[in-house]
Amino acid sequence: MITKRIIPCLDVKNGRVVKGVNFEGLADVSSPVSLAKYYSENGADELVFYDITASAEGRALFTDALREVASQIFIPLTVGGGINTVEDFDRVLKCGADKVSVNSGAIRRPELISEAAKLYGDQCVVISADVKRVDGVFRVFAKGGRENTGMEAISWIKHCVELGAGEVVVNSIDTDGVKGGFDLEMLRAVSDAVNVPVIASGGAGCIAHFTELFQEIPDVDAGLAASIFHFGEVKIPDLKKTLAAEGICVRI
Amino acid sequence: MIAILDYGVGNLFSLRSSFAAIGATAVVTADPAVIHAADKLILPGVGAFEDAARKLRDSGLDVVLKEEAAKGKPLMGICLGMQLLFEKSYEYGEHEGLGLLKGSILPFAEHIEKNYKIPHIGWNKLSLKKDIPLWKYVNEGDYVYFVHSFFAELSEEHTAASAEYGITFTAAVAKDNVYGCQFHPEKSGNVGLGILRGFCEAEGL
Repeated sequence: MITKRIIPCLDVKNGRVVKGVNFEGLADVSSPVSLAKYYSENGADELVFYDITASAEGRALFTDALREVASQIFIPLTVGGGINTVEDFDRVLKCGADKVSVNSGAIRRPELISEAAKLYGDQCVVISADVKRVDGVFRVFAKGGRENTGMEAISWIKHCVELGAGEVVVNSIDTDGVKGGFDLEMLRAVSDAVNVPVIASGGAGCIAHFTELFQEIPDVDAGLAASIFHFGEVKIPDLKKTLAAEGICVRI
Repeated sequence: MIAILDYGVGNLFSLRSSFAAIGATAVVTADPAVIHAADKLILPGVGAFEDAARKLRDSGLDVVLKEEAAKGKPLMGICLGMQLLFEKSYEYGEHEGLGLLKGSILPFAEHIEKNYKIPHIGWNKLSLKKDIPLWKYVNEGDYVYFVHSFFAELSEEHTAASAEYGITFTAAVAKDNVYGCQFHPEKSGNVGLGILRGFCEAEGL
């Protein structure tokens, strides 16, 4: 049986990992390679690199870093951030990315999904959606969660899957950073609507939140988090041990 | 030297890097002379069967590959490359493969229940069926990374490992000097690198 995946997400700016990573015994905590290696050796099932650079120079540094990671780390790598064209797909895939996640780029031009899926296959295209409740309705937000697009989120995600997205990352703005647990209501609504893997993001604060996620919504395939892994609040080997003890299928 | 066959299908960066990581020399090539000179061959592949089979034929590498296989040179197909080793595939129609292995490639969609998501993406467990060089550094139940929507049926003759996803299917093949993995060893962490190492150590016929 296929395992539930645990995915650390690394934000990269100008080729360096940002947003305070704090590990003991890791000499260079902002080196994408040493962090990727650390996670790969400590049970991460996949890694997400998110490019938060705005400049062309920064983008070049990102692809350099990606190439270096992909030449040394042999687990699936997903890349997101600044993906607006098929050429952007090409750029990161050539550097060793396995999947490419699109967000604002697809909101501006949904055909990006179908174009990329046709060229690289559905499995390569991940739709990442930042979702927030507005007057009781799930809405899609753009520009890093700052701008309400007015689109209803579940139908938007369904549409993206119809266009060829092979995987969905649901990032709940409502629970993000709160560390009170994943947004089960939102994730259940998405899981019921699509038949591709769903990755939960936003809200994990402790091991129990992952157990709750996979027990409450068995259809969710993966849990993604950033700071709780980076700050060592949740250690992936401990997390997986707990999940396994709870009867949840994980790779140990 | 290992030749990774380049016939315009898929991204070979990780594959090349993973051989480098285990200290093996691998070249990405479409040159028949280099392929003849190589000790071992890798047939990669992602995407659609029909398209890949056509590109392989158009490049003429199908003939080269069959010649080398007949000589007893170890070769390994990866993912779609494994599927191409078979006689045919029922991926959107009916398409001919290399025919180095008997049997067909079938769609998961017609053989497993609707509640299973397709493609089969993620880490799944190997159940080893044959004692082959590929498993020298692999243990029963090790996890490897799969991404595929079509599968090879089980066969007494060539199934070297199986996995479960709504059905028991062929996760790896071995028949004489012909090997194949449905999963991606180059994305399967240390287990995957061990499989590539095992292949590097495989003897020809």
